[in-house]
Amino acid sequence: MKKIILLVVLLAAVALNAEELKSLRGEHPLDSVPPPPEKKIWAKDGETIPRNYVQQPPLIPHKITGYQINLKYNKCLSCHGWKHYKESGATKISLTHFKDREGNELSDVSPRRYFCTQCHVPQANAKPLVENTFKPVDSIKE
Amino acid sequence: MTFRGKILSGTLIIGFFLGILFWGGFNWTLELTNTLTFCISCHEMRDNVYPEYQNTIHYSNRTGVRAECPDCHVPKEWIYKIKRKIEASRELYHKLVGTVDTPEKFEAYRLTMALSEWKRMKSVDSRECRNCHDYESMDFVEQGRRAVKAHSKGLEEGKTCIDCHKGIAHQLPAGWEEAAAKAGL
Ligand code: HEC
Ligand code: HEC
Ligand code: HEC
Ligand code: HEC
Ligand code: HEC
Repeated sequence: MKKIILLVVLLAAVALNAEELKSLRGEHPLDSVPPPPEKKIWAKDGETIPRNYVQQPPLIPHKITGYQINLKYNKCLSCHGWKHYKESGATKISLTHFKDREGNELSDVSPRRYFCTQCHVPQANAKPLVENTFKPVDSIKE
Repeated sequence: MTFRGKILSGTLIIGFFLGILFWGGFNWTLELTNTLTFCISCHEMRDNVYPEYQNTIHYSNRTGVRAECPDCHVPKEWIYKIKRKIEASRELYHKLVGTVDTPEKFEAYRLTMALSEWKRMKSVDSRECRNCHDYESMDFVEQGRRAVKAHSKGLEEGKTCIDCHKGIAHQLPAGWEEAAAKAGL
C-alpha cells in the first residue's frame, strides 16, 4: 500500500513537473518545426548606453548589419581602433583588449578579443526570455 | 528617276534599315551583357563575389530596390559605357588565360582588382553610387547619428562615397587598408 501511494505521488509530481518543463524553445514537440519567432528589428544609431556593472562589455549603440569581421578584416576596428577613433568619434578600444590570456601585453588587439560580437551586442526590440530583477550599482550610475 | 538615282535611293533605304539593324543589334548585345545574369554566367563571379553580394543591402532590402552588378560597375551614360565595355576586353583576356579561375587565385588577385575599381570610382567622384544616392536628397534627419556626422563633415571636405564605403557589396581582402593608403585611395 505504501509503495502504491509513493508511486502515485511520484507520478503526480512528474506530471505536474512536465507542465512546468518548458525550454526556451517552447513546448513544441521535437519532431516538428515550431513557427518562427517574430523578426527582431535592430535599434537605430543612438547615444552610448549606460553600463550596469563594472567590467560589463558595453552594449553597441548602433547598427552593425553587414559589418565584416573575419580573418581578413575587422570593420569595428576601422572606427574603434587607436588609429581611427579620433576621426570617427568612436570610443577607443579598451586597453584590456591588448592582453592575451597569459597576461602578456601585445602590440595589437589580442586574438581572444578579435571577434567583438562575442561580448558586445547590438540592441533589438526583444523582450527578455527570462525575467530578472538585476539593478545596477550606484557607483557607476552616470 | 534615272537608273542611277534609283540605285542611290535603294542603297540609302537598305543602308538605313541595315543601320537600324546593326545599331539595334549592337545596343541589344550591349544591354544583354549589362545584366546580373550575364555577370554571373561565368563561375569566377558566380562562386566568389555573387554569394557575398547576396548578403548585402543592395541585393535585398525593405523596399525591394536592387542595385545589380552593372549599376555599380558600368557607367550609365553611353560614351562612358562604351569606354568601360572596351576596357572589358582586358577581362576577356584574363578569363581566357584563367587569372582568377579558382577561389584561391581569385583571393590572391582580389586586392589588385579592388584597387583598380576604387581608383576608377574615385576618379569619377563615385558617379555610379550617385546615380541612385543623391547627396542633395539625403534626409539627414532620417539617417543615423554616425552617418550624419560623417556625411556632413566628410562630404564638405571633398571626400567621395567610395573613400568611406569600401566593401559595400563584397568582402574586403587582407591588407587592403595599407594598400589603399599607399595608392592614395
Ligand atoms: C563607422 C564607424 C563605426 C563602426 C564601423 C563601428 N562603430 Fe561602434 N561606435 C561608433 C561610434 C561613433 C560610437 C559612439 C556613439 C556615440 O557616442 O554617439 C560607437 C560606440 C560603440 C560602443 C559603445 C562604447 C561605450 O563606451 O559605450 C560599442 C561597444 C561599439 N561601438 C562596438 C562596436 C562593434 C563591436 C563594432 C563592429 C561590429 C562597431 N562598434 C563598429 C562608430 C563605429
Ligand atoms: C571577451 C569579451 C570581449 C571581446 C571579444 C571584446 N570586448 Fe570590448 N570590452 C569587453 C569588456 C568586458 C569591456 C569593459 C571593461 C574593459 O574596458 O575591459 C570592454 C570595453 C570595450 C570598449 C569601451 C572602452 C572604454 O574605454 O570604455 C570598447 C570601445 C570596446 N570594448 C570595443 C571592442 C571591440 C572593437 C572589440 C573587437 C575588436 C571588442 N571590444 C572585443 C569585452 C570584450
Ligand atoms: C541601383 C541603385 C543603387 C546604386 C547604384 C547604389 N546603391 Fe546604395 N543603396 C541602394 C538601395 C535601394 C539601398 C537600400 C535602401 C534601404 O532600403 O534602406 C542602398 C543602401 C546603401 C547603403 C546603406 C547600407 C545600410 O546598411 O544601411 C549604403 C552605405 C550605400 N547604399 C552605399 C552605396 C555606395 C557606396 C554605392 C556605390 C559603390 C551605392 N550605394 C550604389 C541603391 C543603390
Ligand atoms: C567621411 C566618410 C563618408 C563619406 C564621404 C560618405 N559616407 Fe555614407 N556613411 C558613412 C558612415 C560612417 C555611415 C554610418 C555607418 C554605417 O552605415 O556603416 C554612413 C552611412 C551611409 C548610409 C546609410 C545611412 C543610414 O543612416 O541609414 C548611406 C545610404 C550612405 N552612407 C551613402 C553614402 C553616399 C551615397 C555617399 C557619397 C555621396 C557617402 N555615403 C559618403 C561615412 C561616409
Ligand atoms: C553597390 C555597388 C556594387 C554592386 C551591386 C556590385 N559591386 Fe562589385 N564592387 C563594388 C566595389 C565598391 C568594389 C571595390 C572593392 C570593394 O570595395 O569591395 C567592387 C569590386 C568588385 C570586384 C573586384 C574584386 C573585389 O572583390 O574587390 C569584382 C570581380 C566585382 N566587384 C564583381 C561584381 C559582381 C559580379 C557583382 C554582381 C553580382 C557586383 N560586383 C556587384 C561595388 C559593387
